[in-house]
Amino acid sequence: MDFQATIDADGRIEPRDAMPDGYRKTLIRQIAQHAHSEIIGMQPEGNWISRAPSLRRKAILMAKVQDEAGHGLYLYAAAETLGVDRADLLDMLHSGRQKYSSIFNYPTLTWADIGAIGWLVDGAAIVNQVPLCRCSYGPYARAMVRVCKEESFHQRQGFEILYTLCNGTPGQKAMAQDALNRWWWPSLMMFGPPDTASTHSEQSMAWGIKRHSNDELRQRFVDMTVPQADVLGLRVPDDGLVHQDGRYRFTEPDYTELYDVVKGNGPCNQQRLSHRVKAHEDGAWVREAAAAYAAKKEARAA
Amino acid sequence: MNDLFAYTLRLGDDALISAQRTAEWIAAAPQLEEDVALGNIGLDQLGQARSLLQYAGSFDGRTEDDLAYFRDERDFLNVQLCELPNGDFAFAMARLLYFATYQHLLYDELRSSADETLAGVAGKAVKEVAYHVDHATQWVLRLGDGTEESHRRMQAGLDALWPYTAELFESDSLVQRLPAAVDPSTLSAAWTDRVLGVIDESTCERPSSSYQHTGGRLGRHTEHMGYLLAELQHVARSHPGATW
Repeated sequence: MDFQATIDADGRIEPRDAMPDGYRKTLIRQIAQHAHSEIIGMQPEGNWISRAPSLRRKAILMAKVQDEAGHGLYLYAAAETLGVDRADLLDMLHSGRQKYSSIFNYPTLTWADIGAIGWLVDGAAIVNQVPLCRCSYGPYARAMVRVCKEESFHQRQGFEILYTLCNGTPGQKAMAQDALNRWWWPSLMMFGPPDTASTHSEQSMAWGIKRHSNDELRQRFVDMTVPQADVLGLRVPDDGLVHQDGRYRFTEPDYTELYDVVKGNGPCNQQRLSHRVKAHEDGAWVREAAAAYAAKKEARAA
Repeated sequence: MNDLFAYTLRLGDDALISAQRTAEWIAAAPQLEEDVALGNIGLDQLGQARSLLQYAGSFDGRTEDDLAYFRDERDFLNVQLCELPNGDFAFAMARLLYFATYQHLLYDELRSSADETLAGVAGKAVKEVAYHVDHATQWVLRLGDGTEESHRRMQAGLDALWPYTAELFESDSLVQRLPAAVDPSTLSAAWTDRVLGVIDESTCERPSSSYQHTGGRLGRHTEHMGYLLAELQHVARSHPGATW
């Protein structure tokens, strides 16, 4: 079956199948950006491993950040099926030629931010990613099935952190509200620009890479999240929020902030990227040593 | 202090403080595979710490978190090897080789301890630590016999930590009179044998030192320990009585 017929029949494109150049490029860009987001996302949460306030929370957080490294690994592997190299993709990240999710350019200031990231950021990621499990490109769709299973565990643990804080001391509850106040708007921005301004959406929908529009997904996230805030006893920081006909009408985030952060002007853009580059550069001698050792072993075996 | 409590605390503190240092590598490792591997190792160490601190706490009604977050520096009984700040990756692998080889020998003996709980913890931990030893061994070989730079760094790591290894095998009246304990001095010969075997194969020189640090088992630590605990404990201590 040729490419378009497979897409029309809602089938899967596999690495050896013929595909238009634009389809390949779009997927590489999207999967790489997704992989980069996983590994940059390790930083804001990793920031709290050493200070997690109980050993149980410390263990859960370590496991979560480790899961993200694992997600990065299999997303890079999925991208490699399209004929690119992980090392080249990392270079693109390090030199700013490829992006990662803007949400990770915000700082984690208190322990409650770890709860808010799990609940809101992983919650938004799930809404974005569940449809990708049906993406037309087979390796990406299969990677997403695995990622989504773990993300839903992450989202629950984030909610549980906040639930505990909201039922704790007044200081803990205030910490939770402050985290929601700071993370609400950036979380809404995770769905990208409004449909009227989205540059990649139409073609991606036609190719079966994207299944729902940014605004549809954003609405789905708000409808799912607001009742959860009620359970926590927290106030969503939106004066325009109204429940109407089973849906929530909400205020749109300030998209100029999103565009600014994407361009590099967010509170942690410099910090995240330079931490990543430093880890990579500090590790160069280790990777070179591993390669040299493997070559020596091979030469000895020959 | 109850003997079994103090002994369990020694093992638990070694594991807890190691986990704290290992976790600092997450999101800073030389490659993504290593972020995953060090995450695994740190989680194993933290799991061992939790089992041991829960058991220690059972003797006087404290929880694992009471022991981890609300004891002061002089009450921590870990060896100094575990608390030293992270250096480069060669330093980390030298420390893991020294420490995990010790833990492996210890847990292997402790499996037949007269104390059922300690024997149970050791039975699970010995399998985890076997992987840590293997991981460290592979890296010491790669770095020692890799490039000129990696060889130099591996040698420096092995040398820098050698003066902190004798403390692992110190014997005292507590381990001698407590039937459930393993006297660590009995592990020293096997440890030296294994560790020097790896170092020889790595083409590094055998380290030596005229000085050996001591004091951790008595709660006397390095200057670094206070900062480690400040970071570990500060959120919990800022909210006394809170649950998380």
